[in-house]
Amino acid sequence: MSAIPFPAPPQDSAEVLALRTEFRAFLDKQLGHRTPRQRSDNWYGFSREFSLAMGQAGYLGMTWPKQFGGHERTAYERYVVVEESLAYGAPVGAHWIADRQSGPSIIKFGTEEQQHTILPRIAKGELAFGIGMSEPDSGSDLAATRTKAVRDGDLYRVTGTKVWTSFAHEADYVILFCRTSGTPADRHMGTSQLLVDLKNTPGLTIKPIIDLAGQHHFNEMHFEDAAVPASNLLGQEGDGWNQVMSELAFERSGPERFLSSIELMYQLIEVLKGREDDSAAITLGRVTAQLAVLRRLSRSVAAMLQNKQDAGLQAAIVKDVGAVWEQVLPDVARTLVDAEPDPRTQRAYAGVMANIVHNAPSWSLRGGTREILRGIIARGLGTR
Amino acid sequence: MLAEMIERLLDRHLDDGAQGRARSGEWLPELWAEVEEMGLPLALLTEDQGGFGLSFAEAGEALRLLGRHAMPLPVAETMAANQLLANAGLPLAEGPAGLARGDHLSVTQGSLKGTIERIAWGEQLDCLALAVGDCLYRVPRSGWSVVEAGSALNFHPRPALAIDWTIDAEAALPYCPLAAGATVRAYQIAGALEACLDLTLEHTATRVQFGKPLQKNQVVQHELAKLAGELACATAAADLAGEALARGDLNGVAAGSLRAREAAGNGAAIATQMHGAIGFTREHRLHLYTTSLWTWRDEFGGQVMWAKLLGRAALAAGGDGYWPMVTSL
Repeated sequence: MSAIPFPAPPQDSAEVLALRTEFRAFLDKQLGHRTPRQRSDNWYGFSREFSLAMGQAGYLGMTWPKQFGGHERTAYERYVVVEESLAYGAPVGAHWIADRQSGPSIIKFGTEEQQHTILPRIAKGELAFGIGMSEPDSGSDLAATRTKAVRDGDLYRVTGTKVWTSFAHEADYVILFCRTSGTPADRHMGTSQLLVDLKNTPGLTIKPIIDLAGQHHFNEMHFEDAAVPASNLLGQEGDGWNQVMSELAFERSGPERFLSSIELMYQLIEVLKGREDDSAAITLGRVTAQLAVLRRLSRSVAAMLQNKQDAGLQAAIVKDVGAVWEQVLPDVARTLVDAEPDPRTQRAYAGVMANIVHNAPSWSLRGGTREILRGIIARGLGTR
Repeated sequence: MLAEMIERLLDRHLDDGAQGRARSGEWLPELWAEVEEMGLPLALLTEDQGGFGLSFAEAGEALRLLGRHAMPLPVAETMAANQLLANAGLPLAEGPAGLARGDHLSVTQGSLKGTIERIAWGEQLDCLALAVGDCLYRVPRSGWSVVEAGSALNFHPRPALAIDWTIDAEAALPYCPLAAGATVRAYQIAGALEACLDLTLEHTATRVQFGKPLQKNQVVQHELAKLAGELACATAAADLAGEALARGDLNGVAAGSLRAREAAGNGAAIATQMHGAIGFTREHRLHLYTTSLWTWRDEFGGQVMWAKLLGRAALAAGGDGYWPMVTSL
């Protein structure tokens, strides 16, 4: 049997339902004033104020040990908070990467000192992280990484360039994937991860990369003989490849892989509400069925994470099928409603549509391209 | 345990010859006798109702296996019909059974009359679990005659039946027979897609073109990955429908059923394309599954009926209520 198995997903117990209700009320209170256009930024929204409120209310570091400022809740309880945040279009950018992957990586590989100084601050919503993986010549082919860190006494001297780092201009840290020995020809060997303080690293300059929508999320980080304390090494020197693969597993596993365009769905329904003909209902029924099934698969991944199972393959399937769903939604909407999208309008539907059409191409690129994911799935099926 | 028994039974009694006979509309009495011997028609009943008291997952696996082996006889329908009859407090079927809705039938002077269309193996059934409005009837074989032959895309019979039956008992309808039928079909679709993926992996590993197995080509690998995705969706969709049926939630049945129907078409297309011309023939087993997928995806209420139901619920929920509706499915 070659099917890739998904375990039964967790169900909403009374406790989980209570959490859902409580968290929806929290979101209403914090964010009720935001416009549809703002909500449609989804996880590209960045608000320190909101992240601090999340931390204060105990919604960050939810599954982490209490000694690190966490709340020792289940993976599914965290899942509920994450999916409700996304469904609400909450501006999660200031805690998103830290809560999802950087914190868990530090729990897994960090020194005691790193754990005690950084994790409680992430859980409070005080620290924002970026991702330090891609380079100009190393996108999908991460092993071709060139950025070099050379040990120099108590320091690493870092030279190289990282790109596509969302919010590097706002964030506090990145986990930098770099080469501590050898050359790019050594592929997985000789790579390491360093915690880089974005606000206090001499030799680091951060420049914006403006996306096609004219927005500034991405940055280029240029390191020129930049000094990073040797105590900021994350995990083992030379073990960077295994560590970064583990980080990517956290990155690919969540419901953010199909909810990016959900605000468009809400606005589409609002526009169609009064219509008499059935064609709208038929189309909405079909896409709703697709969404419900994606959500079920995604919750199965949460169950696997809870049981400490390797969910890499399952996560790749959810991300692949999910990105298709969120990207197709604007075209689905275009079969039902004629409206010219407008990036500067105050009108809900045209404004949301513009933001979604502009951003949708990135959804099958970020976190592993569609082609890379399909390669991972094919390997899981035993084809190579 | 049950799964192993079903596998053994089908390996023994459902060979290509039997599949071929079923395709010419011939009933397979030996196979049906074995199915009854195993107690399979009672598999979805609780222990109190005289069933096995299977867990949800075990029952789902049994239904998937029927699809995985392209079971030509109406075993899934009989399982679902018995479950419906038992829940309504009506006597169980004593042979193969069908499931249908007949809201257009007339109920006058104690008798039920009218025609219902496309009942799987209608000539051979022992009884029908037939819903009219809020009532469920158990119509015995003497209560209908075949008025028009019909055939499914997999060439199994789908005749139209003229019902003319003096009502001897009726019960309140516990849930819609179309929902029950759509749910078992979703499981069968998931099972048939498992077979499609296995066959496609096997074919692309052994078929050599341009000096290498097909599946060493990246473009083929990506199609295989998509097929695995459709299978994952169909399997989850069937479970979603099954759980929803158990709690009486038609929106959930619609969601699961719709996604399984869609996977049937998408998956069959990929599997056939990856097989090349041989997948388009009766010489290769793939057609058993693809023709069944194309059959099952349109039965027990079609895509349009279920999509309308779910889409209207979405419109009724409105933009603000949409997400809470999705999380309730």
